[in-house]
Amino acid sequence: MSFEILVQTLASGLLIGLIYALVAVGLTMIFGVMDIVNFSHGEFLMFGMYGSFWLYALFALDPLFTLPLTALMLFALGVLVYRLVISKVIHAPMVSQMFSTFGLMLLFRGIAQFLWKPDFRTVDQSVVTGNASLAGIQLGLPQLTAGVGAILVTVGVYLFLTRTRAGAALEATAADKDAARLMGIDSQKMFALAWGIGAACAGVAGGLLSTFFPIFPEVGANFILIAFVVVNLGGFGSVMGALLAGILVGVIEVMGGLLLGPQYKLAVVLVLFLAVLMFRPQGLMGKA
Amino acid sequence: MFSKVFKHIALAGVTLSFSVAAYAQQEIRIGVIYPLTGAAASTGNEIKNALELAADIVNNGAKTVPGLPFASGGGLPGLKGAKIKLVFADHQSNPQVGATEAERLITQEKVVALMGSYNSNVTQTASQVAERYKVPFLNAESSAAGLTQRNFKWFFRTTAHDDLFVHNFYVFYKELAAKKGIKVKNVALFNENTQWGNETTKLENKLSAENGINVAKAISYPAKSTQLTSEVQLLKAANPEVVMQSSYLGDAIMSMKTYKELGFSPDMILANNAGFTDTEFIRTLGKDAEYVITREVWSLDLAKNNPLIKQVNELYNARYKANLTGNTSRAFTGLLTLADAINRAASTEPEAIRKALTETDIPGSKLIMPWKGIKFDAQGQNMYGAGILVQIIDGKYNTVWPFDLATRDVVWPMPKWNQRK
Repeated sequence: MSFEILVQTLASGLLIGLIYALVAVGLTMIFGVMDIVNFSHGEFLMFGMYGSFWLYALFALDPLFTLPLTALMLFALGVLVYRLVISKVIHAPMVSQMFSTFGLMLLFRGIAQFLWKPDFRTVDQSVVTGNASLAGIQLGLPQLTAGVGAILVTVGVYLFLTRTRAGAALEATAADKDAARLMGIDSQKMFALAWGIGAACAGVAGGLLSTFFPIFPEVGANFILIAFVVVNLGGFGSVMGALLAGILVGVIEVMGGLLLGPQYKLAVVLVLFLAVLMFRPQGLMGKA
Repeated sequence: MFSKVFKHIALAGVTLSFSVAAYAQQEIRIGVIYPLTGAAASTGNEIKNALELAADIVNNGAKTVPGLPFASGGGLPGLKGAKIKLVFADHQSNPQVGATEAERLITQEKVVALMGSYNSNVTQTASQVAERYKVPFLNAESSAAGLTQRNFKWFFRTTAHDDLFVHNFYVFYKELAAKKGIKVKNVALFNENTQWGNETTKLENKLSAENGINVAKAISYPAKSTQLTSEVQLLKAANPEVVMQSSYLGDAIMSMKTYKELGFSPDMILANNAGFTDTEFIRTLGKDAEYVITREVWSLDLAKNNPLIKQVNELYNARYKANLTGNTSRAFTGLLTLADAINRAASTEPEAIRKALTETDIPGSKLIMPWKGIKFDAQGQNMYGAGILVQIIDGKYNTVWPFDLATRDVVWPMPKWNQRK
């Protein structure tokens, strides 16, 4: 095993880890603000991918340029899902909430399959294609772009939460929604905002992924399991924790695959998941 | 409600007309069980078309295909011109439904033989019923190897199965060395980790050892991966001449993209059908799909060396506005094989038909398949069934092996990524 291969693998793990992080940021946000596990989050990602694909296929617009549009569409979808479904079960027992988002997952997959058939689609001619070579390390440009995009969006969300009034209101609602309401913060609005931003993050991740990952109705399933691990590892509700954990999971997955054998790569990630649950259930950066 | 009533009336009418026809002329009733609704419906209905074409050729003849058995028409000469009547049943890709339908066809429709059923798991249950009732069952397109390892007396399969297809790879290596001077000594196995991939890995390990080929690395990977970086790094480190790969569509595409990204250029990627023959594979990868070799059961370009294929395809295309495929060509061949046996049996007694099937000996020149012929072994497996290898050149699949059927010379090795235009 040469040094070059190790570094190369590390770099690839880092890049996919950044995507994991961006998917998880949306998930952790929804959970942090209102304690609801969104099982349909992978489907937001899927809709983001299809959104990018159709804008590309129908209007020849590159997924990178349509990212704001994809984000906006998914933001609207997130708010809509909150208004139509989640707001109805917000005071219901946790099981009802879980079943609602689980049902949404099945519904969204069904809709995608009905509208766009189970075929695999790809964006075959993105503006970013090919490889960048850096000190002997090969990095796919689409992956590199996606990684950079993921960092920017994650940091952007972090800054929004910590540096703006709306962000502070969101954090306040997350911390104590009753106290926040007494301070004049409309919690309904905040919840809708959390769903909007959460879905938009998944949408952006989908747009970035669409330049190099095949698009099909069940693509969300490939990512959602890992996203749950990332959220847990980073700490529920922590954006920076999700970023750190995403990178960690990406790197551990590829290094585990390389050193222990590819058949164990998911097993390594899930063992990590169990270890975190046992020894640090609040996650790396979560509050106990 | 109305449709149900209508169906019953129609059914009664059909049954009545059968009983009238039975007096006029003897009819050979063959039960065919395929997925006509459900997930595999499109394939099932294509197969139904192919079978109807084959039956029509036997019954009414086809002047444009003189080389085909029964092309003169007029039914089966061995049974005084009796016509073939196909009785269709829909199994919805459900093994239980397949078994029930097989029973219904045998006991109520009084069919003399059964054909089916595309999905290997349905073929398994439906043929069990046939075995119990002692009715011949001919399978033309299910590929699970185990189907002809059950010591059944009444089961016959014309197509090659998964194990034979893997054997083909090693025959190919041998002939590649003998005829083209290319010796493959070092391979990597790269198969997905469900039953199909694992069985393939097992068999490839065994056959590599038997053929003196070194397995530099055997990798099983989960098909639902989000990335294949570590897998491809391991392949790269093992530096094999050939990667023998079994993948579904998503992971086939992802692996090709990762090969390119990481600059992994083996001499050849030898793929085991599935994802690599999906219509999306070439469409998605474009020129990055070039030079990959994958095994296939059939390819339309075989027509170049076999005029029968061209003629039958023209008939099929004129009727259904589509070309023959691996499934439809095999189903077509299956029914003609069964017709040949019934004709030689000169009887509609199941035992006579079974005996005739065991004596089947059809030469390859009368087939639209790339086979040396049809002859069943003791397990009912056609021992001449084989696959072909096709290589993607200029965005199309071209037959490159068997060498005597090839329409293009094999390109070996595939050019390295950085030397491609």
